[in-house]
Amino acid sequence: MCLTLSQVTKLYDGRTVLDDVGFDVAPGERVALLGHNGAGKSTLMKIILGLITADQGTVSVLGDAPGSHTARAGTAYLPENAAFHPALTGEEQIRYYLRLRSQDPDLAPALLARVGLADAAKRRIGTYSKGMRQRVGLAQALIGKPRLMVLDEPTSGLDPVSRREFYEILDELALEGVAILLSSHALTEVEARTDRIVILSGGVMVANDTLGNLRRRAALPIRLQVSAHPGSADQVADKLSGGRRNGVMVDLTCGYDDKLARLGDIAALGAMIDDVEIIPPSLEDIYSHFSKGAAS
Amino acid sequence: MTRILASGRAEFLIALRNRWVTIAVVMMALFSMVLSAAGSAPTGALGADKLSVTVASLTSLAVYLVPLVALLMSFDAVAGEVERGTLPLVLTYPVSRAELLLGKFTAHLAILALAVAVGYGIAVIAAMVMDPRAALGIPALVRLFWTSLLLGATFLGIGYAISAFARRPGAAAGLVIGLWLVLIVLYDLGLLAAIVADDGGVFTTQVFPWLLLGNPADAFRLYNLAASEATAAAAGIAGAANSIPQIHALASIMLWPIAAFGLALMAFRKVTP
Repeated sequence: MCLTLSQVTKLYDGRTVLDDVGFDVAPGERVALLGHNGAGKSTLMKIILGLITADQGTVSVLGDAPGSHTARAGTAYLPENAAFHPALTGEEQIRYYLRLRSQDPDLAPALLARVGLADAAKRRIGTYSKGMRQRVGLAQALIGKPRLMVLDEPTSGLDPVSRREFYEILDELALEGVAILLSSHALTEVEARTDRIVILSGGVMVANDTLGNLRRRAALPIRLQVSAHPGSADQVADKLSGGRRNGVMVDLTCGYDDKLARLGDIAALGAMIDDVEIIPPSLEDIYSHFSKGAAS
Repeated sequence: MTRILASGRAEFLIALRNRWVTIAVVMMALFSMVLSAAGSAPTGALGADKLSVTVASLTSLAVYLVPLVALLMSFDAVAGEVERGTLPLVLTYPVSRAELLLGKFTAHLAILALAVAVGYGIAVIAAMVMDPRAALGIPALVRLFWTSLLLGATFLGIGYAISAFARRPGAAAGLVIGLWLVLIVLYDLGLLAAIVADDGGVFTTQVFPWLLLGNPADAFRLYNLAASEATAAAAGIAGAANSIPQIHALASIMLWPIAAFGLALMAFRKVTP
């Protein structure tokens, strides 16, 4: 395991911000850490990075204590709203970080090119946009083949194209065996890009599973959207006892276990059906299901 | 070591861009030119060479200026990183807080050395031009140079400690200026007032010398003026403390930078990113 957390608890002024959190991240695994503002995501990341200490519980980063030399040497971090000194250029900043990791500073231009900042490398960071600063942050996180990456809201401030490029880089890293823990607000975007989801709600871990398993456990209704052959929408709605949405569409909902049976019903209608769309509960639905479950 | 130098190099670049290097050098050069011009009047009565007289004036100048420049460069060191939000990231790198602080210290001390060298260099050239015997004063000038750096190092450390303690650049700036006023200006005035009030009592003979040694700026002045032939030219409070052995003053200016850096490191370690 690259990262193991067990029973991690943190209090701020008597207020519990993390309560008995435990999960792990294996090499090559991409884990999304989800939660509202104040759910404890950043606090948990700071504990993993050794910036603050947990009051209870154990944390093992690359087999060593958080903040130890081994842990720091093998871990890359991208803070939320990555900030740098505005007087330095992108290249100078990356050269500095390369030197701190005992790497060749001449690798800086290549790293900046990899995150699409080749043209801006010689400009001062003070002139960069938020998205460009975030790219500098990503470039520094790629230094020296990290074994664990901790990314706090990594795609905030990035446009859709940059986001896709960003996740492509993450996919490459995961293939090379890098363990990735990333937090996000943008639920839909982590959906297809992560292997496992951990949900924090009010400092409590309310879910830690693959998206498929979470869907099954939440047992939220699945929507089946049936396109009827023109003119037969009423008939289809009647036979399937579903509500008609417009002239041709019939909306159905069913439980996870009924899905195949309902599809069978639809298939049995034969020529009356043009198409059928299966809409699983979205990550947003699952997220609010587990978050609410914890609150109640 | 490479990490200390990496941090120092980045810090030097930042100081260069922020014009701190220029400001420090121009300030020292300007003041030393003014002093050289003012000191060009005949000094036959003293019998000292021109450079020794200049060194005495430069000592009084350095006591004010070197701590000021050092504090101005250092107050932002930790508080600025906290405010910009750059501290958490760099602390996740395999670099210790001591190494980071030493890097900043190296860069700032190098800038100070450059400024002091330019300033004193100008004074030397002016003195040499006007008085062929000025070479006699070179040892005093060399001594002034390295003690100025020790004085600067002390106030860099104090500035970092305040920066880490205050955590906000605005508060840190206010505190360093306040500290400069107290240690450099008010401290001596207070001591003078106490001596006058005491009228040669226990305070003047027993406590006063230690209070003088305890202030890095006074120790610096004591050491340089006691070692110089031209004490009379700029005696001030030092005249009242002729009884203090030079070695004590030297120990004070040597120990202060270490103590100040230790204090800074302690304060920096308490900063939670």
